[in-house]
Amino acid sequence: MPVSIYAVIGLVCYLIAGPFVGGLLSGIDRKVTARMQGRFGPPIMQPFYDVRKLMEKEPVTVNSGQDFYVMCFLIFIIITGGLFFFGENLLLVIFTLTTANLFLVIGAYSSNSPYAQIGAERELLQMMAYEPMVLLTAVGLYMTTGSFRIGDIVAGVGLDSGGIPLQYLVGIFIGYLFILTMKFRKSPFDLSLSHHAHQELVKGVTTEFSGRTLALIEIAHWYENVFLLGFVFLFFPNGTWYMAVIGAAVALLAFFLEVFIDNAFARMKWQFALKSSWLVTITFGAANLILLYYLRGLM
Amino acid sequence: MSYITKSPWIIHYDGSSCNGCDIEVLACLTPMYDVERFGIINTGNPKHADIFLITGSINEQNVSVVKQIYEQMPEPKAVAAIGICATSGGVFKDCYNIMGGVDTVIPVDVYVPGCAARPEAIIDGVVRALGALDEKKKAMEKRPHETTTAAEAVANLDRMGLPDGAPPEPLEELVLPGDDIEVKYFGTQPDDESADDSKNSGSGKEEA
Ligand code: SF4
Repeated sequence: MPVSIYAVIGLVCYLIAGPFVGGLLSGIDRKVTARMQGRFGPPIMQPFYDVRKLMEKEPVTVNSGQDFYVMCFLIFIIITGGLFFFGENLLLVIFTLTTANLFLVIGAYSSNSPYAQIGAERELLQMMAYEPMVLLTAVGLYMTTGSFRIGDIVAGVGLDSGGIPLQYLVGIFIGYLFILTMKFRKSPFDLSLSHHAHQELVKGVTTEFSGRTLALIEIAHWYENVFLLGFVFLFFPNGTWYMAVIGAAVALLAFFLEVFIDNAFARMKWQFALKSSWLVTITFGAANLILLYYLRGLM
Repeated sequence: MSYITKSPWIIHYDGSSCNGCDIEVLACLTPMYDVERFGIINTGNPKHADIFLITGSINEQNVSVVKQIYEQMPEPKAVAAIGICATSGGVFKDCYNIMGGVDTVIPVDVYVPGCAARPEAIIDGVVRALGALDEKKKAMEKRPHETTTAAEAVANLDRMGLPDGAPPEPLEELVLPGDDIEVKYFGTQPDDESADDSKNSGSGKEEA
């Protein structure tokens, strides 16, 4: 299969612009959060200042393996997003994402610090909570478009003319938005790593990471956030330009929805996170798939 | 100006404070004062922190905690003593368990007196600590922070103890922890022999 020019453009754009867009989004997030709390808030560019500062700090590591794991985390996140924006197979993307997150968990475990270990355990719990819904999203997109390839989904192959994936996948879309809170590390599900002061056991998974290592984690999160918003986009394209614009707009809206939810809720216990996300996965995700299955049978 | 002044992260520790100063430190984070405007974040983690705010004096039980937090913070780092208790021991100075101000245990860069220190004064103290951070950052750039040889390691060991055993005559400029201190004063101060012990012999050799 020849490599499409769009795939190459998507990949290059992601690799270069990804961290800038992600950092900017996180800056806007902090500004909006501050405004919602009646504060003035930091400059929009603050996340970039933070990362530059972390790069300048003295490197302190607990053991030599730690940096390696964090580097792997960053690399696998970039590979995940790269595969996604290159238009590769959706299942492959999801599995690389899981691998990337596992490296972060191993890095946290390797420090032997009790706080980092609690963070790592909670990270694993979160993965258990959101992973089924992510897989159902991929299956749903396959059932509507007949392909796991992101290139095909974006081109709107297998769709009735004028249709978009969302019209068959409303339940799955709701389910995905639900677990997006977890993936963005937002309240009420910011179990393993909260961005708010005094809401965390020291600093969750990142407790033992400092300086350059922490900066790499931050950059990985920027890449990850852009890729996650790309996932929201996948519910909209049908090969036309205006649906692509709408999809990008909705992805941005989804981001602000998460910021809003973050500020409106306190953190929940992990039991609630696990139960509620599985309940949502079953009631919205699985029910949507079953319905789709029967409708496809009738058509 | 280095980036450290644009994103100072803070860790706050309550020594034996009466909680008056603690409340004022936390008040700095509220919408009224909003220190996040300057990129200041209150982290709970010494490994992420740049500025160490201590309220209250040091007592026999928390001295190890204060030392440990200080040691866990990566360079460059600054310490600000908030309130008169942290500055000198304050009204608790003569208590049986009080060792005194924060500078009895770790080097302090900024003193913010007041009982309780006002949020405006605390913010001012943090801004002054930024100046200290900037200077330390510059000093770090001058010297490679990795100690490779034994002599360098010994030199750095001495540097850590400098605030207490500072040389009788200052070198060219003010001696701050983290500054680029060379071992030469051990050689140039022959009357310092009494304070010499085994660990200084390594640096003496380097001089020769
Ligand atoms: S300086 Fe005053 S307010 Fe602050 S801790 Fe001491 S006694 Fe309390």
